[in-house]
Amino acid sequence: MDLTRSLPEREVLLSGSRTRFWRAALALLISVLLVIFLLFVTLPVVSLFLRISPEAFFRSLAAPVVLDALSLSLVTATVSTAIVVLFGTPLALVNARRDYAGRELVDTLTDLPMVLPPAVAGLALLMAFGRRGVVGQYLDVFGIQIAFTTLAVVTAQVFVASPFYIRQARASFEAIDRLYEDAARTLGASPGTVALRITIPLAWGGLVSGAILSFARALGEFGATIMFAGNFQGRTQTMPLAIYTTMQGDMNAAISLSIILVVISFAVISAVKIVTRRRY
Amino acid sequence: MLSLHVIRQLRDFPLDVALSVRSGETLVLIGENGSGKSTVLNLVSGILTPDAGEITLGDRALFSDGQRIDIPAENRNIGHLFQSYALFPHMTVFENVAFGLRCRKVPKPEIARSVAEHLRAMNLSDLSGVNVGRLSGGQRQRVALARALILDPELLLLDEPLAAVDMRARGAMRTELRDQIRDAGIPCIVVTHALRDVLELADRLCLLEEGKVLADGTPEEVLGMKENGFIASFTGG
Repeated sequence: MDLTRSLPEREVLLSGSRTRFWRAALALLISVLLVIFLLFVTLPVVSLFLRISPEAFFRSLAAPVVLDALSLSLVTATVSTAIVVLFGTPLALVNARRDYAGRELVDTLTDLPMVLPPAVAGLALLMAFGRRGVVGQYLDVFGIQIAFTTLAVVTAQVFVASPFYIRQARASFEAIDRLYEDAARTLGASPGTVALRITIPLAWGGLVSGAILSFARALGEFGATIMFAGNFQGRTQTMPLAIYTTMQGDMNAAISLSIILVVISFAVISAVKIVTRRRY
Repeated sequence: MLSLHVIRQLRDFPLDVALSVRSGETLVLIGENGSGKSTVLNLVSGILTPDAGEITLGDRALFSDGQRIDIPAENRNIGHLFQSYALFPHMTVFENVAFGLRCRKVPKPEIARSVAEHLRAMNLSDLSGVNVGRLSGGQRQRVALARALILDPELLLLDEPLAAVDMRARGAMRTELRDQIRDAGIPCIVVTHALRDVLELADRLCLLEEGKVLADGTPEEVLGMKENGFIASFTGG
């Protein structure tokens, strides 16, 4: 240190190095917290990959219980996402653009499945569409049974996954400046044309990411499915149900199914990030 | 010929405006921000609905509360240019200009021919395939005008048509705009905040204050009302 400097100047330098010390300490602390948290999140996922050899993984993939669950899950989640998009898009558009009595109520009701515990959802579906259910008893007269069939799997998935799409779709529609729709109308576009050629294309990124999230939620559905659809291999045993069932006997099959779901989840997050990047 | 008398309750005051514009005539609307200028345009083009009144364009009644007529915006055939132009951001210049023709189910070859012709007239041919996000203010204004004029509208409504155009390009654009309006030969209403727009575009000038027509006459007459605070600052600034 330069001893020729005056005293106050040295004081300033000293206090400067003291602040620097505390800043470095704080940065270190935050880094440590971050690393601990990241480890906490990634370690369990990585453990799945560490506890199974590649040979065992591919051998398990050929097991009927795994193949059945995989195909059933992909088919039901795709169908339920399609149903959610078909019903959810007009609903979200109307709620984003029209002011009517009861709109808030409709919004609350469509959000409800998201906060409802899955076990409650499963029981509620059973009470409505079960053989003796409020609606189910009449369907039973015509020989139509929903509970404990593949249709029940789709019903449960639509029920729990729909809010993820509808919320996202409504937010995307609301984010679009109405000016574009007004301009389109003065150019001769009917309300239907405005929706198809202006509103939906402008909301496209949000709609796709909402559908992807809804698909992921449907794929992971466990509680409502097991209560309302049961756990029958090939008919209602989706991947989460198969994981729960096989882990009691064949741990390799359970781990293999889990790894597939991890890969899908990772792909979903990446896909959402890519499609929600702003284009305009 | 456009004639209108519209009444609508706005947030702070009732709007009650009666105007008429002859074919080939340009009426310029001036007034403070929030005096109801843009609202008048929106009521005429059908984006907003009057509480009461009549709007007639040529021999067509567009709105009449007495006769329960309210032609929807998409059937009014009015060219409405918005202040920010509202070009569709997910379309190219070509697609924007073709939009109205597509809505009218015009055959594809006819659309291609007509759009190319209008782009040429507006010096936009080179930009046909460009996304509108990459255009300058002046280019946007020309695309918006082409998009409206290609439909042969019976009335033109321009909301601050030069506000988003570069200062340097504004003089040339104003002259170009005046010629376009002349060529169209239809009634035209222009909303503006710029004295130069009034001097160069207006056949008639109308001053709006809190939803009422305070003065309606030749530009000289209205701009001569120096006792009015708005006119004094408008002509002085």
